Amino acid sequence: MITRFLLNSLGGKVWIVVGILLAVAILVPASNLLLPVGHPLRVPNYMVPLLGKYLTYAMLALALDLVWGYVGILSLGHAAFFALGGYAMGMYLMRQIGDRGVYSHPVLPDFMVFSNWTELPWYWHGFDQFWFAALMVMLVPGLLAFVFGWLAFRSRVTGVYLSIITQALTYALMLAFFRNEMGFGGNNGLTDFRDILGFPIQAASTRATLFAATCVLLAITFVICAAITKSKLGKVMIAVRDAESRTRFIGYRPEYVKLFAFTVSAVIAGIAGALYVPQVGIINPGEFSPANSIEVVVWAAVGGRGTLIGPIIGAVLVNYAKTWFTSAYPELWLFALGGLFVAVTLLLPKGIVGTWNDFWAGRRDHKAARIAAAAEDEPPPPPPPAARQSQEAKPEPASKNTGARRSGPEPQPAE
Amino acid sequence: MPLLAAAKHALLVLLVSLVAILPARAQTVEDLVRQLPEGGFGDRSAVIAQLAATGDTRLVPVLEALGAGELNVVAETGQMVFVRPAGGNVAIRDALTGEDAGEVASGAVDRIRVNNAVRRAVRTAIGQLTLLSPDANTRQSAARAMFQAADPDNLPLLEEALAAEENPTVLRVVEQAWAVAILRTDAAAYDFSRAIDIIVERGDRHALGILNSVRANAPEEMTPRIEAGIASIESHLRMIDVAQNVWYGISLGSVLLLAAIGLAITFGVMGVINMAHGEMVMIGAYTTFVVQNIIRVSAPELFDLSLAFALPAAFLVTALIGIGIERGVIRWLYGRPLETLLATWGLSLIIQQAVRSIFGASNREVGNPSWMSGAFDFYGILITWNRFWIVLFALAVFLALLFVLKRTSLGLQMRAVTQNRRMASSMGIRTPWVDAMTFGLGSGIAGLAGVALSQIDNVSPNLGQGYIIDSFMVVVFGGVGNLWGTLVGAMTLGVVNKFLEPYTGAVLAKIAVLVVVILFIQKRPRGLFALKGRAVES
Repeated sequence: MITRFLLNSLGGKVWIVVGILLAVAILVPASNLLLPVGHPLRVPNYMVPLLGKYLTYAMLALALDLVWGYVGILSLGHAAFFALGGYAMGMYLMRQIGDRGVYSHPVLPDFMVFSNWTELPWYWHGFDQFWFAALMVMLVPGLLAFVFGWLAFRSRVTGVYLSIITQALTYALMLAFFRNEMGFGGNNGLTDFRDILGFPIQAASTRATLFAATCVLLAITFVICAAITKSKLGKVMIAVRDAESRTRFIGYRPEYVKLFAFTVSAVIAGIAGALYVPQVGIINPGEFSPANSIEVVVWAAVGGRGTLIGPIIGAVLVNYAKTWFTSAYPELWLFALGGLFVAVTLLLPKGIVGTWNDFWAGRRDHKAARIAAAAEDEPPPPPPPAARQSQEAKPEPASKNTGARRSGPEPQPAE
Repeated sequence: MPLLAAAKHALLVLLVSLVAILPARAQTVEDLVRQLPEGGFGDRSAVIAQLAATGDTRLVPVLEALGAGELNVVAETGQMVFVRPAGGNVAIRDALTGEDAGEVASGAVDRIRVNNAVRRAVRTAIGQLTLLSPDANTRQSAARAMFQAADPDNLPLLEEALAAEENPTVLRVVEQAWAVAILRTDAAAYDFSRAIDIIVERGDRHALGILNSVRANAPEEMTPRIEAGIASIESHLRMIDVAQNVWYGISLGSVLLLAAIGLAITFGVMGVINMAHGEMVMIGAYTTFVVQNIIRVSAPELFDLSLAFALPAAFLVTALIGIGIERGVIRWLYGRPLETLLATWGLSLIIQQAVRSIFGASNREVGNPSWMSGAFDFYGILITWNRFWIVLFALAVFLALLFVLKRTSLGLQMRAVTQNRRMASSMGIRTPWVDAMTFGLGSGIAGLAGVALSQIDNVSPNLGQGYIIDSFMVVVFGGVGNLWGTLVGAMTLGVVNKFLEPYTGAVLAKIAVLVVVILFIQKRPRGLFALKGRAVES
């Protein structure tokens, strides 16, 4: 029954995406493990964690899109939640090293022995258990987002101000994690992992499994996000995005809607970070840097803000381009990324998916109009191409209105 | 000025008379020095006393070497030399002139022996040569050296100097040297308590150290006096510490002010967050670098004025780039502040990479003009000249901007647009033009900030990024559309940061400031000095 509910309410598109993700989850590891080396269809070993990394980035972009595309909160600190999830996972992996470190200390990780710590700090306890680490992966970013959002949304910090304080949040965390006294490995972060759940982390089979797990989790979070956005709550979220004050006056509490979306988004980002760390093999404070968070925004923007597929496509495309550029033309990458920021905001404000949707919606309108015209045998008024926008791809209704383009959203009389 | 001339004249007369006297004694300094090795220790002391009477300061290093037992004589020629091992031989240097005199075999030089009596004679002679020298600077540095040495053996000499000294500055140093020496003896209570007073009056860390070391051995009845002195010095030092921290805070605050003030007006007038603002600062710094290079090549004598050329150049360059950005990108994005933020971030990446491609990724050397190097002491607070000028410059920029906003027609229009864009437009203000000018002005000020920052920071492509988050904090904290808010915000954050630093360390202080600002925003979402009114609320 639940299956049917999900099938019916979410629509076919979502399940197509889930199907593709699951197929990738099976095909990539299978081709890597089963096909012989040198086979043209074989995914090479280095490619598996690389693709896995892209998918964790896609998950992060999806998380950001849930708050930016649907509730209109531009968070410039989402990398903080990602990195916190990553650190939680990294702590588990460090504890798994056990006495195989350079200093062979049974409990303390190498960097603690190196900087003369005598016992494990209290916040490292419990991380030898996977279930505890997995819980923390979700709990720590979720709690931080909850507290931060509780403070910020209740006092109606919005728009650019909110963006700036989220940026300050991740910057402060970066400075904090750079300190050796924090007990998170300082500058070097956490690395040299050995095992995950008893399996050697470097082995091809472990990597393939991690990749498949990433695909499956991405599919699950995709379904969750789709369920949220398609629900009644999702409608309220979009209402908050487009006209926060009106929504409030109708009787909703925008701050709680925002808080919910922000917390869920942070949890998803934390999970993405936790999947990222074992595949990349290191987590360090650089992940907190404000520039990273802004880069996530461009992934979502390129793919299509306010669509759920868009961020996934955007993250994979941009990161593939980054991999290609940084090996082929390293000095051009920043030009390309910067140009992408400018071009997307100026020329493609709805992103690839949004523009694509518009295009097809426009064609459908044309077709419908033509059929109607043929039937009635008289020329109909030309339909405005942008009149029918799918609800998903409507990030900024006021931006069309040239008269009000200077003063933000449509003036709301009661304000 | 006449006083100086008179002093010079007097000095000249003195010198001439000295020269006149010397031949009468029939023995030049050189002759006397050559007599040093002759005879026993008693003769040596006598020669030293004669040397002291010549008042020739060239003798000071010779006597110092003699006292340390490091003066040698070349056996054949009788020349006084300093030696330095050079292979099997020794390299010799004339003791009086300091000129190199080649090498001799190590057996060819003899060390001049000294005993304690000779050493005492040497010390007295050095003291007489320096402490009683006609030159005030020589006297002062001699007294300083004796203050450091704190040797009771110098006391007779110091008392002689005390009686003779007329220059009040030098007199204070001599008094202090005397006091330190007295405290090392079991002198009479009167002298002892006077010495304590002198040391307390000095009032720095050094004085504190002296009193602390004296306290252990001092006579019983002196202890309360010493402890009162220590307490008074400590409270004085605490005040100086506070003042020094305030100064550091103001200095940091003025840097923040420079970096943030341009951001504040573009944000205030246009509601636009310019993420490329830091890059404008960086371009300003690179303009300084280019201007200095041109000056170095074409007119090196103008180097001290290079900043005067760099300021207008940096303003023009960055203002033009700013106007270009506004016309090319930002004006298409009005009403979409978040997209503007992203687009300007993209521009900042492009500008950074462009500068990196042109100038290279490493730091560029920007010179300090001579009037910006060094430091001065202001009632115990150490102030470096470059920081001092930057504080003044920041205030000057602030006042100039205030003038532009309050007294020019552009400023009037800018304020009108800030308060209510549509109403201003209805009244005939060309808001697009005001936008472009505002953006140009904000960027130009960032360029000026870059010139100032090039004097205290590394000029690298990443220069701007280091300031951008701090500038945002200042703007958000101070409130938008109000320059005073920016001033108060910058100074508050600067001072708070510097006050926390001694307790928490620099990084934690910065984190604490960030957290405080984040929490503060919850309380006042529009900053410290929020504009009131309908238009601003939306």
